[in-house]
Amino acid sequence: MTEPLLRVDDLEKRFGGIVATDGVRLEVMRGEVHALIGPNGAGKTTLIAQLSGSLAPDAGKIVFDGVDITAMPQHSRVRAGLARSYQITSIFRKFSVRDNLALAVQARSGSSLSFWRPVAAETQLAEEAEGIAVQVGLGARLDAPAGSLAHAEQRCLEVGLAVATGAKLLLLDEPMAGMGPDESQRMVDLIEHLRATVTVLLVEHDMDAVFRLADRISVLVSGAIVATGTPDEIRTNAEVRRAYLGDEVPA
Amino acid sequence: MSEVLLRVTGLETAYGQSQVLFGLDLEIRAGEVVTLLGRNGMGKTTTVRSIMGLTPARGGGIEFRGQRIEKLSPDRIARAGIALVPEGRQIFPNLTVRENLAAFAGNRSGSAVPWTVDKVFRLFPRLAERAGNMGNQLSGGEQQMLAIGRALVTNPHLVILDEATEGLAPLIREEIWTCLAELRHAGQTILVIDKYVERLIQLADRHTIIERGRVAWQGTSAELDADHGLWHRYLGV
Repeated sequence: MTEPLLRVDDLEKRFGGIVATDGVRLEVMRGEVHALIGPNGAGKTTLIAQLSGSLAPDAGKIVFDGVDITAMPQHSRVRAGLARSYQITSIFRKFSVRDNLALAVQARSGSSLSFWRPVAAETQLAEEAEGIAVQVGLGARLDAPAGSLAHAEQRCLEVGLAVATGAKLLLLDEPMAGMGPDESQRMVDLIEHLRATVTVLLVEHDMDAVFRLADRISVLVSGAIVATGTPDEIRTNAEVRRAYLGDEVPA
Repeated sequence: MSEVLLRVTGLETAYGQSQVLFGLDLEIRAGEVVTLLGRNGMGKTTTVRSIMGLTPARGGGIEFRGQRIEKLSPDRIARAGIALVPEGRQIFPNLTVRENLAAFAGNRSGSAVPWTVDKVFRLFPRLAERAGNMGNQLSGGEQQMLAIGRALVTNPHLVILDEATEGLAPLIREEIWTCLAELRHAGQTILVIDKYVERLIQLADRHTIIERGRVAWQGTSAELDADHGLWHRYLGV
């Protein structure tokens, strides 16, 4: 059987008396879009924070690409190929789209010590940045300050930043948050486009998007995974309907 | 026909050099549920911020219960009886649920059956269970319920909800829609911004679509339901 790209074993995280992550077991296979859904307060963001390294687990193990990364700092995880986008957009607002992406490429490529040279002067960085901008639908906005982009464009840029780090696995935390229907569609198209080259772990409340994109879905309730399966299996799972979906089950 | 509660006329608002609203008109009658619809960046939140005095209007007029309010400060507008449930909730993280509610309790509309902290707990039993928890210990759904409860305990004439279902799980979204339907049934006047058009058609009386800072269309739920071309053209559905 193929080894998963990401394997989480019995992960635990407590905040005082609150158990936020309660023995989570999760496997994300190479090349899949794996959605993580669950009620507000189920611990999705806490779990993503432990996977990306911004929060240390109390117990358990995280294995990424065959390497135990449980104690690895966040920047090393990014170098290893694990990148996260946030619920709240995190970009350099005064820098152009090109410079935002070039900085991410530069950080990955290890040329970040030559910081006295203008980033855009490095042709290779700029070319790769432009390629990624086109990939995420921002090819026409290369010179725009990131802060001037529309909300949905900023989210696409953030996904582009994660791609620019050379990620093998993208952790996308509510990428459709705050988007209208057409903007959500644009993000769905983007993730659909990216799935050919990168594995995705997607946290999202937009069920239309989740059920369209995901190869498999895991459901987190009260800090534990209560079900993992194909969209059809999750759609018909009585416990998932009771805890999360209610009557909102996309066809 | 009931009295006009809020009348916005020729509203113009800008952020520095960047003008967002270009002569926007809006009218809400007592007991109505009215929506503001439109794509992101069209001026919905700016309209609400101007009504609340948070981003003062550069031109036009805002009249609330017969009084001009466009030059008033946000606290005076709130005391006049408009309560905002803001995007992002903005509850106090270091106060308990009960403290978050108690700090705002008052009867600004002089209601005969006012909202109290306990009445909010009956509307949202989940909040009652978390009464002693700090704001920052709540889930997103509980924070949203608290933000709505905090608006209600001021007993406002008008409640404005800006993206109240954003980022919420499907079941919690349903709870919020049910709550809004109950408020409507109780006669509460509501202005709501949200992206779930089908639910808004079920909930609201009238709708206003904003496009580039101007009103592009106004009509009833039946009219909006019958014209899906509007959904596609202005809402991206």
